[in-house]
Formats: sequence, structure tokens, C-alpha cells
Amino acid sequence: MNKIFSYPKSLSKNETHYCAGCGHGIAHRLVAEVIDELGIQGRAIAVCPVGCAVVAYDYWDIDCSEAAHGRATAVATGIKRMRPGNIVFTYQGDGDLASIGLAETIFTANRGENITVVFINNAVYGMTGGQMAPTTVMHQKTSTTPAGRGANFEGHPLKVSEMLAMLPATKYIARTALFSPAEVLKTKSALITAFKNQIEGIGFSLVEILSMCPTYWQLTPEKSAKWIREEMVKAFPLGRIK
Amino acid sequence: MIKKKIDTNKKVLMSGNIAIAQAAIEAGCRFYAGYPITPQNEIPNYMSGKMPQAGGVFIQAESEIAAINMLFGASAAGARAMTTSSSPGISLKQEGISYLAGARLGCVVVNVMRGGPGLGNIAPAQSDYFQATKGGGHGDYHTIVLAPSSVQEAYDLTKLAFDLADKYRTPVIILADGMIGQMMEPVQATGYRLQATGYKKAWALTGAKGRRPNIVRSFFLKEGILEEHNKLLQKEYQKIKQEVNNYENYLTEDANILIVSYGSMARIAKDSVNYMRKQGARVGLFRPISLWPFPEKALEELSIKSNAILVVEMSAGQMVEDVQRIVKSSAPVYFYGRMGGGIPSQEEISEEIKKILNAYSQKK
Repeated sequence: MNKIFSYPKSLSKNETHYCAGCGHGIAHRLVAEVIDELGIQGRAIAVCPVGCAVVAYDYWDIDCSEAAHGRATAVATGIKRMRPGNIVFTYQGDGDLASIGLAETIFTANRGENITVVFINNAVYGMTGGQMAPTTVMHQKTSTTPAGRGANFEGHPLKVSEMLAMLPATKYIARTALFSPAEVLKTKSALITAFKNQIEGIGFSLVEILSMCPTYWQLTPEKSAKWIREEMVKAFPLGRIK
Repeated sequence: MIKKKIDTNKKVLMSGNIAIAQAAIEAGCRFYAGYPITPQNEIPNYMSGKMPQAGGVFIQAESEIAAINMLFGASAAGARAMTTSSSPGISLKQEGISYLAGARLGCVVVNVMRGGPGLGNIAPAQSDYFQATKGGGHGDYHTIVLAPSSVQEAYDLTKLAFDLADKYRTPVIILADGMIGQMMEPVQATGYRLQATGYKKAWALTGAKGRRPNIVRSFFLKEGILEEHNKLLQKEYQKIKQEVNNYENYLTEDANILIVSYGSMARIAKDSVNYMRKQGARVGLFRPISLWPFPEKALEELSIKSNAILVVEMSAGQMVEDVQRIVKSSAPVYFYGRMGGGIPSQEEISEEIKKILNAYSQKK
């Protein structure tokens, strides 16, 4: 009998700190599976964000660095330039990548750094208590938009992936989601492309993953998945952007 | 601009900024990231051409913040890395410097100081002493601070800075000013030899092949762990305090009036010592070179045999607080300083000495 499913080698056996129904656990596992399948566990270096995934290094059995809030791609630039033979990736949330770190995100992409970016978009700041994120959708209620996000004062959600796709130096930009097994598999396949691009020296690749935050959406895990499928994808359409 | 590695037998005329850049390359710096700001622009300009030639990386960063965080990555990967800026830019880097200190990553940060606060001006100043020597960013930490007083010393101290950064795994600040940065003087490449080329960096991020993963972090959430980490940092700072004590004594042997001054200010203070000596006054100069750790013992010993101490700075009075703390009641401490790019002249300093001397003769 062939073994067709097992615990990824690159995933540490630590108890999760994430909330029930959170998407980070799935995304972490997918990254670990991809690292295993591409055989890069001994070459991979992760740069972890500030946000819910701040201790992502507790879950991956690879070399990891922290980064100041928003600066993960700058840190990754320093690592990759000094160690071009390693596979360097950042794992960042929407507040980290699209708000406080937006300048680093755009300029790292524009320099065409040969790194991989895993961008978790859950439309809120999770770690600090569900405040409005740059990706909070219109009329979405958060801790800091009690009446819902409005166009007049808070503005529209930032579509960072579409913005980055405009830059000549970006090579692969895709948006996927975690709301169903089929979407999870598509996410994995996008991650494989994004990591392979780096291995082959093709250049800057980013996968934006729409991920559930039941705690701060104040929905059940099941309804959270449904909310992505029915609401969030309207603002953030899925598929390969570039 | 010099074209080749400095010939050890010849003196080469160069500016302080170029001396710092060239010394960094010779010290094995292979990662440079910076952002344009006056009066240090000659450094990124020079590095953009020289780093690739040396097999290193030059990046013009999108901001001072990106530059210091790129250093975090390069240093985490085990490289010798440097960024340079001037006062407002150094303020922007403070968060990153705190992270480097917290994660125990070495690097060299050069501050070619200019007048402040705010946008200030682009004239030489020494008003970032507090920021450099007391931590600068958030959290309980210190960085080693070295203050060159000549172009030769800028060259020598930059090399030393890289060794100290690796040895103690800490950011090292070169605290220069616009005068040192822009001034041209002959430099001879004999001042300092690297103590070691290879500090073992078993903690560096190289890919966890055949070993357990390395994690570079300053984040310790579990109760008590961060306190233990802080104790480790403090222990390292105590070690640095014992081992790093750089200073110059100039005509202090028989001096009863002591000037304390650092950096380019100390050169003018030296002129004042020479002038007052000709007038028959026994004046000497104590020049701290390491500002953190401050050479406390050396100053304490001199203060005991001094009748009075005059601290001269291009600031409203920052180092003077450390001098008062060290000297205590051994001698009265006077201060003369100018702000916002104003530079005390030899005559102004000598005038202050004369006032002190007059006060003493009246007492008698």
C-alpha cells in the first residue's frame, strides 16, 4: 500500500496558537508541503511578519528571521542579495504588507527581487483586535469602522496585487482563497509556481491568499468561508493576475 | 576619488566620507544600503561604484527605514553591512537599530551629523549625542559609538567598527559630523589592522541543511523569557564597557584646566589648548573617542587633578551631562557650546578658559 498523505517534514509539531477556523494554519501547512515537494527545506529562509503570524517560525522547520512591522520584504532583500542560492520568502498579513509596509512592498517588487511573497489577506488586523485593514471591504464593520468602511473617509480597499501587476519587474501575481478544498488546492498550486519561479531565477512572485478570520469577522468558521466566497471575492477577484 | 585600494606606504588625500566608504570595503563590508541626504552623499555615490567591484551589494533604498531593515536581513545572513545617513535620516532608522540590537545583529551605522532639530540645516553639529549614546530607539539597549576627529581616524574607526560589530553582535555607530565628512586630509592605510577576518556566525541564516533551524528574533512573548534575554544583553554591555575605552589625552600631564571635547570640535579645542599654553596657562584636552562606552576611568583620574573642567560641544550641552556624572564633585564643570550649525572658534573657547582662570584668581 502506498502512503499518499503524511505530516509535512517542514512543518514543526507545535500546538497552534491560531483561533478556531483561522486560515493561517492551512496556509502554513501549504507552505511546508510546497517546501517539501520542491526539496528546498535545507535552502529555504522565511521572513516572518508582525501580526498574527509573528511566530510563524514556531511552525516551520527551516531558518527564519523576524522583521519589523511591514519591513519583511526589505529584510528578505538583504538576505537574498547576500545569499542568492537560498530560497527566501516572506509571509505577511494585509496590515504588514499593504499598509505600514506598502513602500517596501512596492519597491521590492519594482526592483524585481528574486523572492517569493505569501500575502495573507483577511481584511482585518487580527492580532490587535480586528481593526480596519487596507483590505477591509466596503461597508465591512471592524473595531475602528463601527458603522462600516465608507468611501468618503476610509476610502476603498487597496488592491495591492493589481497594483503590483502593473510593475514591469513582477513575474507572477495570483490571488487564491482558502474557503473550500478546491481553492486550497489551487492555492497550493499557485505557491508551487511562486517558489519554482525563484528557484529558476525568474523573479518576484506573489500569492495573495484570501483567508478566514472568524474571530474578528464575528462569524462561525463555516460562515467565514461562505463570506469569502460570496462577499470578499467581489472586491478581490480570484485567479492569476499576472 | 581614489581608484584603487590604498597603498599602505603612500598618503592619499580624501574626504572623511570617502575614507569611511573605502575603509568599509577594506574591512569586508559587502552590503551597503542608503538613502540620499546631505552631508554624506559622497558615501552612497562612492559605494554604488565600488561595492559591485568588490563583489558586494549596493542598494539605493526607497527610504532610510528600508535601508536599515535591509541591513537587518544582510546581517542575519552573516554579512558585514553598513548604512550611512545624517541626523534626520538616523532618526528614521532608530526602530531598525533597536531591532538589530534586540536580535543581536552587528552592523555599522554612520551618522554624519547636521544641525537640528527637525529638518534643521546641513551645517556640522553634535546634537545627536544623546540619541547615539543613550540607546536612541525603544527598549533597554546600547550601541557602541565611535567619534572620529580626523579623516585618518574616520578611516581607522570604520574598520574597528566592523570588528566590534562582529565581536559583540551589536550595531556600532560612527558619530561623525559634516566637517569630518566634507573635509579632505591625507590618509595612510596603516592605522589599524583587522583583528580577525572571520568571526564564526553559527547563528546566521544560511538554510537549515544538516543542522537545526536558526531563528533570528527579538520577540519573546512568554513570561520571563524577554527578561532573561535583556539580562544577556546587559551582560554583553558590561563586557563592552570593560573592553572598549578609546580616548586621547593632549597635554594633560601637568594640566590644571581640562577641556573635554570630541569629534571635529576637539580639533578646535586643541588649538585653544595650544594658544592658552603660549599664554602660560596649563590647559589640556581630554578627547573621548568611544562615546559609548564613555572612557569613564580615564576622565575620572584627570578630573581629580584638575581645578576646573570645560566641556565644549556643538550642541546645547549633551556630553556635559556624562562628564558631570563621572566627575561628580572632583572639579567644577563648565560648558560652552553653540547650536544649529554654529561652531565655537578657538578665540571663543580661549575666552571661556580666561573667564575660568579669572574666577580662580579672584577667589585666591
